[in-house]
Amino acid sequence: MLVALLVLKNAFRHKLRTTLTMVGIVVAITAFGLLRTIVDAWYAGANASSSARLVTRSSVSLVFPLPLTYAQKIRQVPGVQAVSWMNWFGGVYITERNFFPQFAVDAASFLDLYPEFILEPEARKAFLLDRQGAIVGRKLADQFGWKVGDQIPLRGTIYPGTWTFNLRGIYDGADKGTDLSQMFFHWDLLNESIKKLYPRRGDQTGLFVVQLKDPQEAAEVSEAIDAMFKNSLAETLSETEKAFQLSFVAMTEAILVAIQAVSFVVIVIIMAVMANTMAMTARERGAEYATLKTLGFSNGFVALLIFGESLGIALIGGLAGIALTFPVAHAFAEAMGTLFPIFFVSEETVAMQLGAAMLVGVAAAALPAWNTARVRIVDGLRSIG
Amino acid sequence: MTIPLTYIARNLVTRKLTTALTAGGMALVVYVFATVLMLAAGLEKTLVATGQNDNVVVIRRASQSEVQSGVDRVQAGIVESMPHIATGEDGRRLMSKEPVVLISLPKRDTRRPANVVIRGVTTAGLALRPQVRIVEGRMFRPGTAEIVAGRAVASGFQGAGIGETMRFASRDWTVVGVLDAGRTGFDSEIWGDAEQMLQAFRRAGFSSLIFKLDDADRFDAVKKEIESDPRLTLEAKRETRFYAEQSEALSKFINYLGMTISVIFSIGAVIGAMITMYASVASRTAEIGTLRALGFSRSAILVAFLVEALLLGLGGGLIGLAGASFMQLLSISTMNFQTFAELAFSFTLTPGIVAASLCFALAMGFVGGFLPAARAARMKIVDALRAA
Repeated sequence: MLVALLVLKNAFRHKLRTTLTMVGIVVAITAFGLLRTIVDAWYAGANASSSARLVTRSSVSLVFPLPLTYAQKIRQVPGVQAVSWMNWFGGVYITERNFFPQFAVDAASFLDLYPEFILEPEARKAFLLDRQGAIVGRKLADQFGWKVGDQIPLRGTIYPGTWTFNLRGIYDGADKGTDLSQMFFHWDLLNESIKKLYPRRGDQTGLFVVQLKDPQEAAEVSEAIDAMFKNSLAETLSETEKAFQLSFVAMTEAILVAIQAVSFVVIVIIMAVMANTMAMTARERGAEYATLKTLGFSNGFVALLIFGESLGIALIGGLAGIALTFPVAHAFAEAMGTLFPIFFVSEETVAMQLGAAMLVGVAAAALPAWNTARVRIVDGLRSIG
Repeated sequence: MTIPLTYIARNLVTRKLTTALTAGGMALVVYVFATVLMLAAGLEKTLVATGQNDNVVVIRRASQSEVQSGVDRVQAGIVESMPHIATGEDGRRLMSKEPVVLISLPKRDTRRPANVVIRGVTTAGLALRPQVRIVEGRMFRPGTAEIVAGRAVASGFQGAGIGETMRFASRDWTVVGVLDAGRTGFDSEIWGDAEQMLQAFRRAGFSSLIFKLDDADRFDAVKKEIESDPRLTLEAKRETRFYAEQSEALSKFINYLGMTISVIFSIGAVIGAMITMYASVASRTAEIGTLRALGFSRSAILVAFLVEALLLGLGGGLIGLAGASFMQLLSISTMNFQTFAELAFSFTLTPGIVAASLCFALAMGFVGGFLPAARAARMKIVDALRAA
């Protein structure tokens, strides 16, 4: 008990220095947490995906459509429960800055396949009945202040012209991993308009979503689907929804690696600052530690004092940093809008922050503790800090 | 009377470990700061250099990239018959009608697929891009299933090296050459014969039209003519602008992220400098008193400690910049959000970045050193002398 008090008193002997060091640790741990959360947000789409769904798309690349007739054929593959299809729309709402994903979906089958999008029964009915209807996620509706009944105009980049949709429902998520920043509307509407403009591009869709009877059969079913269309004009590539989402993450992997590297660099920087503080502290107290040793305290005890002080400062700073991460992450998510649809600080991140703070504390104390243990008592008493 | 610089510098040398740790922290911050700026500069340079000022790109109105665009043969014919298009040596118009699509290819190192641009070009298309040279092998022969790969694609993707084959659009294509486009966006593309590509991908129309102006100043007139023609649903852009716009989102993202990180990091480094300088002031109280007693003014003391902090910052800045300059040897390849395609670019160090990084380092030193220096300058001579 007395030792703990001594450590605490020691830590606050230089109030200004200790406070500055703590502030540094708070900033570093908060930044570390924020960066880890950004990395998590990147993988959020993959983590929220269902293992019972497959995505079938053109084997050449996503920009090539598949004929709609494939839906019937895929449905006949053993192990397939249901099939839906969707198309990336790529519309612009007022300006390019307001980016959010829009999909043309086969409404009825889509809502059955994605139970995580929760829609009230009346809204569901209204959406299914209105060919010009659309549904959006809660987060998106809040961002643009949309209410049910509003008209939403989108300027098509892939499908020319201005498209106007009636907002028929706002969906909520089954859990906090659900993406609430998307918009869905009727694929039939898109298809009919396209057929009039470009007959060759009609009755085609970007990808099929396949519901499996048994998630264990994912590999067999995707192989069976791809084999069926082998050597046809539009060969397919089927994979689990998770693999599909991860392929997007992989495309921007370079950025992700950079953010991860930077999140560790910030810890290294704060380690240098903290080590500096501890080195100065130990140097100033050379005579004091020598006195303790003269009185019979062991090297281990002196080392304990140094480690205790360093860990104490690091942990107090670290805990404050963790506490600060939540409001900062919230503010960051607000500022970024729909760029990161799913953004929350995970338990893993908090654990890593705590680990990093402890690592900083231990690493910073190592060199001064070793030095103090090594110095002969006589030299220690002679030192004047 | 000012305190000599050597006296100030020696103070830093005396406390080796503390100086090294503080400068090291600052060096890391400057390293990150410079690296991010270099990345953004490299991206910009790559895409700006891709375009030629007297070339015009025509795409379907409101489509933001060539891949999203579609131009049918009738519209292409109308544009081709317009005036002010330069003619080549063979007397034909310097206009290339190009299909541009994305295919997904596995990367060599990770085996994960990424999107690569495949461009169908004509002989005119080669004349329009004088920066593109074949560095290995030969050009594809028109009318065959031969392709040439950009340097970044050839080295980064499976099946894209010279002599290798890749399969897409139900056909096998042989890579017969590697092209070097002088670190521009074309280094990340695969080129083949335009008509072959149209057939293979079963496309009826082109993606974009590229032509050279007979006079670079006539762009506005040509743009007006194309965009006001009721038969056309197209828009025209200068090629330089077209490619610069394609990098906007990515370079903004890199800049925002980099600046946020740099600011957060610099707080840590400034605190480090402050701790060091406060300690320096505290342990030299008697010395400060002596200097004052000898006749050095308060402002001389202030300047001396500020200079010490600035030197600390400068040292950190130089180390950080030296580290960052090695990053020029690397190039990175990632997906450009706007085109949905892979783009390779390298870190580019410009004089502007060197200046900005050093200013940033000095600013960190100044901010970290100002309060401790002010404390040193405010000390009373008697109190300071008594402290020893």
